[in-house]
Amino acid sequence: MLSSTADHLFWMARCIERAENAARMLDITYKMSLLKQATQEPFQEWGAVLSISGLHYEFSQRHKDITADKVVHFMALDENNPASIYSSLKAARENARAVRGSITSEMWEALNATWLEMRGVAARGIPADGVSAFFEWVKERSHLSRGITYGTMLRDEGFRFIRLGTFLERADNTMRILDVKYHILLPSLQDVGGVADYYQWGALLRSVSAFETYRKVYRDAITPRRVAELLILRADMPRSLHACMEEIDAQIRALNGTRADELMRLSGRLYSELRFGRIEDIISEGLHEYLTRCLLRLRNLGECINATYFYVSAD
Amino acid sequence: MSSKKFIYDEMYAADAQVRAHYDSLATWLAQTPAEVVARKREEADLAFHRVGITFTVYGEDAGKERLIPFDLLPRIIPAHEWKVMEAGLRQRVKALNAFLHDVYHDQDILKAGRIPEEAVLQNPLFRREMIGLDLPGRIYVHVAGIDIVRAGEGEYYVLEDNLRTPSGVSYMLEDRKMMMRLLPDLFSRQPIAPVDHYPDLLLENLRAVAVNGVAEPTVVVLTPGQFNSAYFEHAFLAQQMGVELVEGSDLFVQDDNVYMRTTHGPQRVDVIYRRLDDDFLDPLAFRKDSVLGVPGLFEAYRKGRVTLANAVGTGIADDKSMYIHVPEMIRFYLGEEPILSNVPTWQLSKPDDLKYVLDHLAELVVKEVAGSGGYGMLVGPTASAEERRIFRDKILANPSNYIAQPTLALSTCPTFVESGIAPRHIDLRPFVLCGEEITMVPGGLTRVALKEGSLVVNSSQGGGTKDTWVLEY
Repeated sequence: MLSSTADHLFWMARCIERAENAARMLDITYKMSLLKQATQEPFQEWGAVLSISGLHYEFSQRHKDITADKVVHFMALDENNPASIYSSLKAARENARAVRGSITSEMWEALNATWLEMRGVAARGIPADGVSAFFEWVKERSHLSRGITYGTMLRDEGFRFIRLGTFLERADNTMRILDVKYHILLPSLQDVGGVADYYQWGALLRSVSAFETYRKVYRDAITPRRVAELLILRADMPRSLHACMEEIDAQIRALNGTRADELMRLSGRLYSELRFGRIEDIISEGLHEYLTRCLLRLRNLGECINATYFYVSAD
Repeated sequence: MSSKKFIYDEMYAADAQVRAHYDSLATWLAQTPAEVVARKREEADLAFHRVGITFTVYGEDAGKERLIPFDLLPRIIPAHEWKVMEAGLRQRVKALNAFLHDVYHDQDILKAGRIPEEAVLQNPLFRREMIGLDLPGRIYVHVAGIDIVRAGEGEYYVLEDNLRTPSGVSYMLEDRKMMMRLLPDLFSRQPIAPVDHYPDLLLENLRAVAVNGVAEPTVVVLTPGQFNSAYFEHAFLAQQMGVELVEGSDLFVQDDNVYMRTTHGPQRVDVIYRRLDDDFLDPLAFRKDSVLGVPGLFEAYRKGRVTLANAVGTGIADDKSMYIHVPEMIRFYLGEEPILSNVPTWQLSKPDDLKYVLDHLAELVVKEVAGSGGYGMLVGPTASAEERRIFRDKILANPSNYIAQPTLALSTCPTFVESGIAPRHIDLRPFVLCGEEITMVPGGLTRVALKEGSLVVNSSQGGGTKDTWVLEY
């Protein structure tokens, strides 16, 4: 397969997943902000949204103060923000268009329709009572394209690069959400079990579709330690780092590239650390330190995929 | 073929009699209820939209994708006419290839004085870089699209030779697929020559012209990218042949070999079916600002490590100023008389011709020597006085940039229009392939000018297409 084709497929999948994660985070923050009105504390979560995406600086270049409307617009519709939902869906469609011959027509039609609808939303604006509906729609379109991919595509190299893109992006996002939220929530660790705490941790879990899972798995109060364990180490939690790395490692081994020794080593090492890791060790290292290290390793993995498969130079 | 009012109709003879080879179509039309025909037309439109057979428009609506209108009524060519046309096409393309080899080697035809030396050597399309370069099989033109029109009492004329990167073959194939799907019963009534194997022939041809000694040559299609007007066709042909569609950035040159970047490392490329103009092929050899090309490609080509189809420098043979010399090429290289006629042509570089053309601007078609796609031309009879005045100034500013031809009364073919079925002017572009031998699928792409009275069939100017049927007997 041409390197450029693999590259397009990988980024097509990453961009869809990125749009979904942005929608998840915005949706839960939006819902939290509705709850929060009862209390007097200043609402910091909109700032956290920007921290998670690493877009504080870009945002501050365009807006003076952080308000709900501005952050939602910036993260959902702003075409100048390369990580906005709008830009992600556009990039996904453009990548798909460049490799139409390598994806099924159903995949192309779904992505194209998503983009056309997105353009319409951007032109009309999101109505005040339609904010959650919009985020739901983004999630559904992401579910749809992943489902079509899984249901229609030949299990060839192209499929593997798509899966790699999806899960690398998801792993990255789960780690970011956990890191930032953990930071914000730390001060309130004293009153574990308080009402505010319940909502805060609940929101974090909901943003990665893990609230009900948590209940099912632990049948107990929400504690930061268990949340971290669930999102990092649980293999059966589909958005956890462990689950993502399981898929990434499997695809990397299946690709079995001729020049992929280093890539297999990086991926296999991270995956086995997760398989055999313990939450106690992570906590004693310091969760933030651990997550920072993980994010770096995920980035290295991405760069290694790039060097192994997408950028082929003269030797 | 002068300015007589008579227009040859493909389906009806002068006495409104249906010509024999259109009999079964006429019967079908008479037997089929109008609603059924209307439904078939809608189905065709829908299907073309869904598949996304589009071309990109330059200029005003730049970047927009448009559908080329497809007309349900086929154009039919009887077996005996095609036989002559095919022989004529072979002859012509053979001579054109011989001419290209000659002008880039010994230049016998110039030495013999059969074509003025300056017309070739002073021509910007003459590529000095190609002098002395030996190509596999001495083939320069691997794919030719020869535009043929029918005029007067029904004689065929070659209107122009497209020897660089002729396009349109994907529409020929898609039109046929559509017709077989929509009107299978029509196909059972007549022996219609198949065209679907064109991609196979093309691939076979491309593999045959690989540099000597390569057992399993790797062929790729090189496209300028998805914003090119013919991108659909590039992707289509690559897919049909089962080869990679590449852009310049997918290729690189190392030690004068060409490689493509794949997920399993560099893979050697032997034949490049390039749909990219000479100028953009290699920033080191041609236009330095080209980001579409491959640095070092031309050097690899000169060293004989890779085949480019078509070759670099074929533009010298399909330039409109060279067109008038093609009959002489046929006589010189093949010792034969041309089977297909040229349209009489005035060269505006000659003072007498210039004077005649300026005096008769309202009757003639004037074309830019290097223009294509219907851009930069004046159709005298349909142009306004103002348009003619502007064009006259353009001609006077640079006469040798133009040629003129009589306004041919192009033949018409019944076509669906808003008011029903009406005659519309058509042309024909057969695609001729040169590999080990010259091959072609019967027929080609029929383009139709959908506007009443219009003679411009180019898709960029509102033309449509028809399926082309060559009868086997």
